[in-house]
Amino acid sequence: MKRLKKLLGAILLVLLGIGIGKFIIGNKPKQVIGPTFFESGSPDIASNGKPNEIKDGVRHEVKDGESIQAAVAKANQGDVIMVYPGTYSETVYIDKDNIRIYGVIENGERPTLNGNKQLNDAFLYSGNGIAIENFKIIDYKGNGIMGQAGNNFIIKNNLIINTGVYGIFPQYGRNGLIELNVLSGIEDAAIYVGMCDNIDVRINEVFESVAGIEIENSRHCLVEYNYVHDNAGGLLAFITPGLPIKTCDDVIFRGNYVLNNNHKNFAIPGSVVSKIPSGTGILVLAADNVVIEDNFIIGNKCFGIAITDLENGGMKFSTDGGLDPYPDHSTILDNYMANNGYNPSGDIAKLTKVAMLDKLDIGFIGGGSNHCILNPGRYVTLGLGSFGQCEAISTKAVKTYMLPNPVPPKDVSEMKKGKMAFYGICAGCHSYNNIIVGPSVADIQMIYRDNPEGIVEYITNPIHKRQDFPEMPPQTHLPEDIKMAVAEYLLKVTK
Amino acid sequence: MYQMYNSSNDKGVGGLQTGLPQNRDGFSPQQIDLGRYLFFDPILSIDGSISCASCHQPDKGFSDGLAISKGIKGMPVHRSAPSIWNSAFMDKFFWDAKTTSLEEQMQGPLYSENEMGNNPTNLLQTLNKLESYQALFLEAFPEKENEEISLHEIYTALTAFECSLISLNSPYDQYAHGYHDALNEREIEGMNIFRSFVARCSECHTPPLFTNQQLAVIGTPEPKGMPFDKGAEVPTGDKTLRGSFKVPSLRNIALTAPYEHSGVFDNLFDATEFYTKGRGHAVPDSIDLIVHWHIWEPQLSVYEIERIVDFLHTLTDESFKPQIPQAVPSGLNIEI
Repeated sequence: MKRLKKLLGAILLVLLGIGIGKFIIGNKPKQVIGPTFFESGSPDIASNGKPNEIKDGVRHEVKDGESIQAAVAKANQGDVIMVYPGTYSETVYIDKDNIRIYGVIENGERPTLNGNKQLNDAFLYSGNGIAIENFKIIDYKGNGIMGQAGNNFIIKNNLIINTGVYGIFPQYGRNGLIELNVLSGIEDAAIYVGMCDNIDVRINEVFESVAGIEIENSRHCLVEYNYVHDNAGGLLAFITPGLPIKTCDDVIFRGNYVLNNNHKNFAIPGSVVSKIPSGTGILVLAADNVVIEDNFIIGNKCFGIAITDLENGGMKFSTDGGLDPYPDHSTILDNYMANNGYNPSGDIAKLTKVAMLDKLDIGFIGGGSNHCILNPGRYVTLGLGSFGQCEAISTKAVKTYMLPNPVPPKDVSEMKKGKMAFYGICAGCHSYNNIIVGPSVADIQMIYRDNPEGIVEYITNPIHKRQDFPEMPPQTHLPEDIKMAVAEYLLKVTK
Repeated sequence: MYQMYNSSNDKGVGGLQTGLPQNRDGFSPQQIDLGRYLFFDPILSIDGSISCASCHQPDKGFSDGLAISKGIKGMPVHRSAPSIWNSAFMDKFFWDAKTTSLEEQMQGPLYSENEMGNNPTNLLQTLNKLESYQALFLEAFPEKENEEISLHEIYTALTAFECSLISLNSPYDQYAHGYHDALNEREIEGMNIFRSFVARCSECHTPPLFTNQQLAVIGTPEPKGMPFDKGAEVPTGDKTLRGSFKVPSLRNIALTAPYEHSGVFDNLFDATEFYTKGRGHAVPDSIDLIVHWHIWEPQLSVYEIERIVDFLHTLTDESFKPQIPQAVPSGLNIEI
């Protein structure tokens, strides 16, 4: 009986889960507008998302006076690089997979990367499965940490001060964690998630930067428990036009402290964030399905939350026909808001004056539809006439937007690898029956029948065999598995 | 080789190991070879004086070394001839991105008065008079019902040839695939400047194709005496796109001087240096442009610009450069 009860309970839970997706739904909604999550293809919401699991490889140690990059050059997949306290002035670039770089904190002292305002970036990575933890990064010109198309990353427990345009900037990455970092003095966004998917940004402190945390043209991002204070703008969910990935969708801002973001906007003229009014709490620009829940939003002088489209966002962009410029399905659940919008500027100042408001917690300006809010009477609002009451009351069901397992490498068979290498590299000089530059494939098959190892050996270290052909350049740039795959492919092709 | 990698949202833009965007494929060798003959055959122009290859020369990165290309009778075309390497992967054509397929694109130069000056009727008549072409078309399109050549077949064959021009095996690519000795120290330094957020080159010239295929307003000057080029405002009628052009690929860029839509910079150093001279510095006061937000003042040193140029030279790969035919079916002279 007990077992049956348990089973029924489990079934009920599953059914509930299917019914409500990420939201827990309250009682008796009056007018129901709002998103119904999840559609198929949305990420799994299992708890304890792990960005990456890698086995320990070799451990490399870097001491004060040595080079971190030299250790990266030596490292292989799975290796760990331990960096001891000291000052390192270098740009560390990681174009390999599964390398973890940990600072060793001794007596509270971290290893420091100092760009002396001469160097561009502290860390640049393109590999998957990169972890960067426990560093102090100061005085770079470009970024503290920038990722380009690396999936499954962890950026954790770093202190990043005055590192130029962005502090932490993963771009084109899927499945990553940005946690427990402290950032300040950044000319654009301290944490900038650009064209990414499935990212958690948790428990960071960002202050005295132009923007605190910006989620731009990204999907499935959870931004929670961050302390976002004294920036020009706190939290941003943006669609910026002119970029190759054109949606920003499914962002949760939850449990953040968004306080007194009234810093002077010191952005570079012409940059997107240079147009953000000082005093911005949370700004949703054209992004869809943004949920704002359980945040403390206090003392932001221009507004607490604004939702707007590209036209009304006050930023002059060139038209991008490939995107939807209007925000849809914003969901404002319960938040604690006080003393916002007491000294607005620009268009907001004009609008609040006309509406005779001396504060502004939440404003909606421009196009876009199907927005909803819970308990609007708690706040000073402007333009929320079209907002319905939310059906959902909580996103508690979402523990993380990271994936339950790391994004795997693309599954490519050996045969296909061989074929790709053949057409990508060999086919410039070798065709099946004809002589282009080198001998025909049919000819090579005769010589190396059942002997792919022989081909591998030859292409690694070619000897000039025949006077009527030019010498073949060595293909040492190919990894061993590709050389073998291409040799086997070469022996199998029939036309 | 890039097919081994994932690509964020299947857009074919990202970092070193990112998959390519969708490409045109599936043409037969006969179609590609027929396309090659057509490409090099001056019979495609109204007076038999120039071919596609006159402005897209294989030895010049499929460009022509001129700031402004020349059509029949030496008539000036109003922009620089873009390279056609890797056009199989592109989804927009012309500097102002006015077409979305190679088939549409080629009708621009074929039929415009100051380029090849031809018209569809005459093109069909001249080709159909040549038995050798009729035979080649029959081989390339075996399912066709008679030997009459159609426009569709001409466009398909030329597209097939252009899609065979793949350049993805440069020293840079070898580095990207994991062979880190393919680039020397200076080139790697250049690569890191290229992709840093100070220079920001790779934000628009994004690997693996070194273009994100978007429109961008960067505000390069026109050469002396040339009127301001409104770029994509012309085909779209959208003022916010005034002065915008398609971000060109940088593959084989070292071969295609001079640079920019008007060929205003004759070397890579100057073309790179443009980006560090200040936002809108070359835009006349009378012209209102929404300059792209990535254009700023990165204050690159001469040393850094030189390293970027070193890196750009590592993007050269001509292993699939086609042979120029010794003769073409029309019997006309191939003059490139």
